[in-house]
Amino acid sequence: MRAADLLAFATQSLLRARMRSSMMLLAMAIGVAAVVMLTALGEGARRYVTSEFSSLGTNLIIVLPGRTETGGINPGVLGGDTPRDLTLADAESLLRIPTVAQAAPLVVGQATVSSGRRERDTLLMGSTRTLFEVRSWGVKQGEMLPAIGWDQTASVCVVGGKIARELFPEGSAVGQWLRVGERRFRVIGIISSEGRSIGFDVQELVLVPVATAQAIYNRTTLFRILAQARSPEDIQRTRTAIIETLKGRHQGVEDVTVITQDALLSTFNSIFTVLTLALGAIATISLLVAGVLVMNVMLVAVSQRTAEIGLMKALGARPRQITSLFLTEAVLLALLGSLIGLAIGELITWVARQVLPFQAVAPTWAVVFGIVVAIICGLVFGILPARRAARLDPVLALAGRL
Amino acid sequence: MIELRHISRFFQVGEQTVHALDDVDLSIDTGEYVAVMGPSGSGKSTLLNILGLLDKPTGGSYVLDGTDTTHLDADAQARVRAEKVGFIFQIFHLVARLTALENVELPMVLAGRSSAERRARARELLTGVGLADRMDHRPDQLSGGQRQRVAIARAMIMKPALLLADEPTGNLDTASGTDVLEVLERLNAEGLTLIVVTHDPQIGARARRRISMRDGKVLEDVRR
Repeated sequence: MRAADLLAFATQSLLRARMRSSMMLLAMAIGVAAVVMLTALGEGARRYVTSEFSSLGTNLIIVLPGRTETGGINPGVLGGDTPRDLTLADAESLLRIPTVAQAAPLVVGQATVSSGRRERDTLLMGSTRTLFEVRSWGVKQGEMLPAIGWDQTASVCVVGGKIARELFPEGSAVGQWLRVGERRFRVIGIISSEGRSIGFDVQELVLVPVATAQAIYNRTTLFRILAQARSPEDIQRTRTAIIETLKGRHQGVEDVTVITQDALLSTFNSIFTVLTLALGAIATISLLVAGVLVMNVMLVAVSQRTAEIGLMKALGARPRQITSLFLTEAVLLALLGSLIGLAIGELITWVARQVLPFQAVAPTWAVVFGIVVAIICGLVFGILPARRAARLDPVLALAGRL
Repeated sequence: MIELRHISRFFQVGEQTVHALDDVDLSIDTGEYVAVMGPSGSGKSTLLNILGLLDKPTGGSYVLDGTDTTHLDADAQARVRAEKVGFIFQIFHLVARLTALENVELPMVLAGRSSAERRARARELLTGVGLADRMDHRPDQLSGGQRQRVAIARAMIMKPALLLADEPTGNLDTASGTDVLEVLERLNAEGLTLIVVTHDPQIGARARRRISMRDGKVLEDVRR
């Protein structure tokens, strides 16, 4: 039998049983659409997180107090001894490392800021002028934090755009005074960066000199030190140098954690890749269920068409031809169903892209995988009914006694 | 052309063994017109199924056109069916979703012939059985007699040497039954070996050779 005839014959019998065929198409389509949508979601989330991390700044190195590994447990917690805190002097010492282009200390806390009767809770951050360089921020109005010694306080602040609008709706915030607790600060600039950062919105930030923030919260410690390596090639070397420098300052104890941006990125990348795989695997289950349905319906088709199968045998069809007739039907259904599913899945992810903040795009491997699994399902679950058809006794089949 | 030696076919029905065919010897020459007669259960349909290689005898040998078919595998038997045997059934067995033309083409489709070749041959055959204007009709748009004539055209498309008809007029009225028999007899006159299974003595009387069966045995073998 020629391939074209086989295809035409299978198509004709599928068209003849419209209800049956469309149920199987639907089941297959839902399976493939599920694979496309769920993996698109996972992939979208991965891309979102990756781009968020990239917006942290370039060649960024983050120093945290305490010896922790990403995903590990702080041994200091287990052993009961408190890790040494990071200090401003620690931060300043990093500037002496040749491959460090810039460093910025960070103190972070919640604060209630007010102007007149307007008041809101926000994130207060203490840092230095160098933070703007490290994070590639700028000011759209006024100026950055003053270039004063890191241990000097000043009653000035730079605020995010949203804070400026909310506290000073009438006019420019620059030059105005705002109140943080009992202290008054003069607004000297508005941060221009549109970027969001992990965990907080730059637009809702109040930035003061680091020593001032330490005074507000009455502490001498730092939350983080951000450092910037001179070039991507310097990142690893700089990381080692930072650890050595701080170890030297802390009586030879390695009690800081240094995270590089690319390590963070690759960690999150692999987490989200695994997540996408898991979502894909879950969706594959629906494909298998569709496969079982295909098998069921094909079995029904075989018993409905016993007379036809008997006739084919009488007309000289070999057992293998009967098998391939039914397998072709099953695979055709699977292929068509998966294409429909692909279309549905792509349509829904397109809609999702218009609504969600991140780019949900099904990765190519998932699309290929979905279609291939659908076809394999059609083959595997089509074999049993097709074999049964090929084994029918032609005499009984023609006599209608099966 | 056909040599049956000690052919037997047993069925196990529950505890009982049914002897559908019991040690049948039979020779049929090329071009013969044979009517196999007998009451139901006499084994005449089983004989036809074995002649058409649809059924395997429990014992004995069957030589068709010089080949012993008893030991052929399923594929080889299918090839013999395709090339040498044509079947006519009481209930026609046309494929409902295919047109008359496509039904006639079906054996050639299964044999992998080109569509131009089979189309031409199917048209020629349908014209020969008087259905030139019904080629694109589906079976449910045809009368019983027309359906059986489509079935005859289908049986003839592979130019078989042997035509096996199982109660070909059983579902037809007298007039269209006679039509169908005349078509079959014309083919026989052109050299085709024709074996008709029937329980109708009037139809049996038309054949040149009449084989009567009872309880799986040949009771009578009469030539006219």
